[in-house]
Amino acid sequence: MAVAHVVRSGLQTTIQDRGRWGLQSRGVSTAGPMDPVSHRIANALVGNDPGAATLEIALAGPEIEFDDERLAAVSGAQFALTVDGRVKAMNTPFLVSAGSVLRFGARSAGTRAYLAIAGGIDVPQVLGSRSTHLLSRMGGMGGRALAAGDRLPLGPASGTPRHMIEHPGIPALPPPGSEVSVRVVPGPHRERFSDAALDDLQSAAYAIRTDSDRMGFRLQGPRLGRDGSPEMISDATPLGAVQVPASGDPVLLMADRQTTGGYPIIAIAISADIGVAGQLAPGDRIRFEVCTMQEAMAALIRVEQALMALEAAAGS
Amino acid sequence: MTWRIVPAGDSAVLLEFDERIDVRINERVVRIARSIEAAGLVAIRDIVPTYRSVAVYFDPLRTDYRALTELLEQEGSQGGDARSGVGRIDEAAVRIPVCYGGDFGPDLGAVAEYAGLSEAEVIARHTAPRYRVFMMGFLPGFTYLGIVDSSIAMGRRPTPRVRVPAGSVGIAGAQSGIYPLDTPGGWQLVGRTPLAMFDLRRRDPFLLKPGDAVQFYAIDAAEYARAIARS
Repeated sequence: MAVAHVVRSGLQTTIQDRGRWGLQSRGVSTAGPMDPVSHRIANALVGNDPGAATLEIALAGPEIEFDDERLAAVSGAQFALTVDGRVKAMNTPFLVSAGSVLRFGARSAGTRAYLAIAGGIDVPQVLGSRSTHLLSRMGGMGGRALAAGDRLPLGPASGTPRHMIEHPGIPALPPPGSEVSVRVVPGPHRERFSDAALDDLQSAAYAIRTDSDRMGFRLQGPRLGRDGSPEMISDATPLGAVQVPASGDPVLLMADRQTTGGYPIIAIAISADIGVAGQLAPGDRIRFEVCTMQEAMAALIRVEQALMALEAAAGS
Repeated sequence: MTWRIVPAGDSAVLLEFDERIDVRINERVVRIARSIEAAGLVAIRDIVPTYRSVAVYFDPLRTDYRALTELLEQEGSQGGDARSGVGRIDEAAVRIPVCYGGDFGPDLGAVAEYAGLSEAEVIARHTAPRYRVFMMGFLPGFTYLGIVDSSIAMGRRPTPRVRVPAGSVGIAGAQSGIYPLDTPGGWQLVGRTPLAMFDLRRRDPFLLKPGDAVQFYAIDAAEYARAIARS
């Protein structure tokens, strides 16, 4: 079996596929990519199935040495990439060969990039998924982030795309410190909030606090008024839920969120904008904007059409 | 039992009953979750029963949302036994051995003081009821068991422990729970079980599921050591 070698691990590099779905009733978090759109773009560019496992690379990137010839591509956060010192472009498949070293340099936009390698990262599945969930130490590379010296087993590179996609017109991410808009629909527990709460949620941007992580973004900004009722009995917590503890400071739940929680949910980010939220980090600001369910669906259809067009063009 | 169907974002929908911890409501919720699973609708991503609701996660571009809400309305308005023979709730309780107190249950004394009882009396009241798995969450295999005898239903510790050993049995108000992994945790720890709540080596990694019945029983340290050696 072919492997790639982790020479340097980067700051927090984890193996992620589409997530571990189907077992939330047993307390199993879904994990998966913070930016599912960029994850899927990277896979499409190298001819992988959308469900193939990639490396999610946050903030500072790894150094990877390859053993054989195959395609690789990086999507998501903008990094300076080199292979054996030669500059490579983001969002464009490039060829590596035996002994090639891929290095990630400076990051100029976004937070999380996805390195897809043709054949996919072929670690064993745990409960049907290769995604890494750090709190429960499940999946990926033994339930943890990558470390120098790790060997990444690679699947057979059978899905080499017939056409090398160059510059597929993927929009650029905003620079660090930007204010990013995320659309939401009203949540299921509106009666637990003051009448003004949904307006207050949209009234100003929230700063992402430094104690944020893959479980969720803790936000600093307009506090949301609750109706004074006691804590809720635990309910299911969807991806993108904006939950509000007694403090009034909202939390935007992301990939590694727990499956249930007792804080009321005022709004839920639309599926089309989860990937946008997934590129945020402390220093960025998020602005919520309520939209209708129809608008949410229209946005999701547009995203899905663009992804399907890319997958079709790559011949994967 | 009143109920409502409410969307939770663009790819999940909730069937909610009255907000209280109630065995009858939870029995319906668990039965409904199993029934939805058996219906085999296209592109359902997950079904999560909680104390009093069922969350259904779906792919909005592929799932027939109308068929899903019609099914939820049927389940809500009927008694919950919409299809006979589906998801019969297991009656036999899973017996969980627990070595109480000492290093295994560092908060047993605090619970005894809270209750104004001896530690032996606390153990008796913790092992007496037949508990129900109301729901699972927090970690793989973590069960929220109820309903704890009100005399010993002490609330969570004000500050969680940095590390609770796997197998620890805890109390948090009316709930009891068993930690499946070493993790931080804030429940009052009264003992430890040698059984693994979650073990990937087993064919079904999860010892328990929502709706199961649980009975705790006391073992001594020697039996605990023997059980650990066997596992």
